[in-house]
Amino acid sequence: MARVAGAVGAAVLLLVATWLSITVGSRPVPLSTVLLALFGDPGATTDAAVVLDLRVPRTAVAIAAGAALGLSGGVIQAVTRNPLADPGVLGITPGSAFAVAVAVGFLGVDSASDYRWYAFGGALVVVIAVSLIGAIGRDGGSPARTTLAGVALGAVFIGITSSIVLADPRRFDAVRSWEAGALEGRGWDDLLPVLPLLAVGAVLALILTRSFNSLALGEDRAAALGVRVGLVRLLAAFAIAFLAGGATAVAGPLVFVGLMIPHVARWIAGPDQRWILPLCIVLGPSLLLVADVLGRVILPPGEIPVGIVTAALGAPALIALARRRAVIAP
Amino acid sequence: MTGGATLGSRPASAAPTTAGPGATRPVRPPRLRSRTVVLALAIGCVLLALVALGLGDFPLDPVQVVQAAFTTDGGFATTIVLEWRLPRVLAALVFGAALAVSGGLFQTLTANPLGSPDIIGFSTGAYTGALLVLTLAGTSFAPVAVGAVAGGLVSALLAYVLAYRRGVHGFRLIIVGIGVTAILQSANTLLLRRASTEVAMEASFWGAGSLSLVGWSQFVPVAIALAVLTPAVFLVSRPLRQLELGDDAARAHGVRVERSRLTILVLGVALIALVTAISGPIAFVALAAPQIAHRIARSPGIPLVGSALVGALLLLSADMVAQHLPPTPIPVGVVTIIGGGVYLLALLVHEARGQR
Repeated sequence: MARVAGAVGAAVLLLVATWLSITVGSRPVPLSTVLLALFGDPGATTDAAVVLDLRVPRTAVAIAAGAALGLSGGVIQAVTRNPLADPGVLGITPGSAFAVAVAVGFLGVDSASDYRWYAFGGALVVVIAVSLIGAIGRDGGSPARTTLAGVALGAVFIGITSSIVLADPRRFDAVRSWEAGALEGRGWDDLLPVLPLLAVGAVLALILTRSFNSLALGEDRAAALGVRVGLVRLLAAFAIAFLAGGATAVAGPLVFVGLMIPHVARWIAGPDQRWILPLCIVLGPSLLLVADVLGRVILPPGEIPVGIVTAALGAPALIALARRRAVIAP
Repeated sequence: MTGGATLGSRPASAAPTTAGPGATRPVRPPRLRSRTVVLALAIGCVLLALVALGLGDFPLDPVQVVQAAFTTDGGFATTIVLEWRLPRVLAALVFGAALAVSGGLFQTLTANPLGSPDIIGFSTGAYTGALLVLTLAGTSFAPVAVGAVAGGLVSALLAYVLAYRRGVHGFRLIIVGIGVTAILQSANTLLLRRASTEVAMEASFWGAGSLSLVGWSQFVPVAIALAVLTPAVFLVSRPLRQLELGDDAARAHGVRVERSRLTILVLGVALIALVTAISGPIAFVALAAPQIAHRIARSPGIPLVGSALVGALLLLSADMVAQHLPPTPIPVGVVTIIGGGVYLLALLVHEARGQR
């Protein structure tokens, strides 16, 4: 019962966040105009144009990216049983961003529909690399090992990406705001090509929820229960790559969204992955929308990229998690 | 001990005395071996420096370099070698050594080959300090350097305090450090967005990590500061060796564990922040050099002197590549990060194999 109430609360939160994202901004648009633009005759006013052409697509991008990142974080934490796992911390979104930077810098790729595949490929390579590095150990991959491997790989990717971008600032003008994780100016053109990737990833993840529940008992017991552990891990890696790669392609390399959301979902729903993962889909967008709205209002007249806001919100969460006894022995 | 120290803290692979085909061969005592290694590395540094001093638009062979350096008539070659090239070559050597020692201190402190200050990101704090000074006080050199050092120290102390829970566990320090770095990165972006164009240009050049602006006037004060820190590093090397054995063993040997840890942390950060203040963040020398020295010297722990020499060699070679290999010179930070990436993959694969 408590988790039903939690789920309803999460849904209400998402509605409120969506509403804020459409109405709040550097250009104040009265409520009636928003309603008219959305549901009535839009007319040709500037206000209606701001709402329909800028805020609604931007909100859709935030919802899609937030859902994908929240869900991919949930999947990573379920598979690795590592409470610190996150597509950003493990180097997956940085790897994805690196692949895009290479595509833009050296292969002449310049539209979202083209670079989504590089984003996905980069994410997939890192997911597999990190899980191999983490999983080869005798103990089936300790959290500390996997986390450090991912962090270190991420540091390399971030460094090389920023070197590539610094080397040719003009060519990267379009990419630079993307690299900072800014949703300003993102729209349907960026979102639509990526949606199929996200949908495939989400379906994969939701199919696997039962297996994740068995995995939580340990690999040996999961195998005894009839779960094909290797296959589940592989499919989960693809799901993570689709979700994190797709989110990176549309919104830039955002960190910590996938770290925080699954913890909130677990707090609401308990240990059952069949509840946790769907909740991640609902909670992720709320976080990203609220962060985006904060970024619009904190520092007028300019905007702060949402990636900066999520980093500032997520870092204290990471520190708090690291201080918990259960995460790191002694 | 679970998890925390699995990546690394391998048992001492010191003397190869285990039985095998070569067991009858006389085994060189480790101390002699490490002295030989130090001597060889030092000679390598001198030779590489002579080559580096000769490279450029006005090429000189090593003999001409030596002649130019010891001629007092102030000819053209002398000016080029002593005034233009020497500060940069010396800076590469000294800064590389300082970065490597900083990395060695951190890796021992966190008992982890990945626990180096560039992975944890303490150079970000130095960047924050430099940016604050640039924004508030303008672009003159000395205050910016002081700001960078202060920023690095404050961020490291913050990480230490936040990671403290009846002692500081290595892995926890790394994770908390990453969190602190993320917050500082956000702050840096905010500062850059508010900054004037002039400040932003200065800051972004600095952010790439380069030695191209180092002349005598920048090098000398930092070299003096590093020289002042050197005896302190030697003083902490004894508790450092004890900490390698684990906290309990160190305590049993009379080491005040947390106090030593804090001292080592402050020293390590001071070293990397001093270098970062001049050159901007140069990644991965601190990560790679101590481990390479450890392997070459086959020492039980991380050898600080050996690390310093390997770091000097690494940074000088990286800077030579950055200056002379591409058609136009690139920042040395780009070279070290690419080389570091290759090194890191090798390290991770090696560690993974070792765990099997």
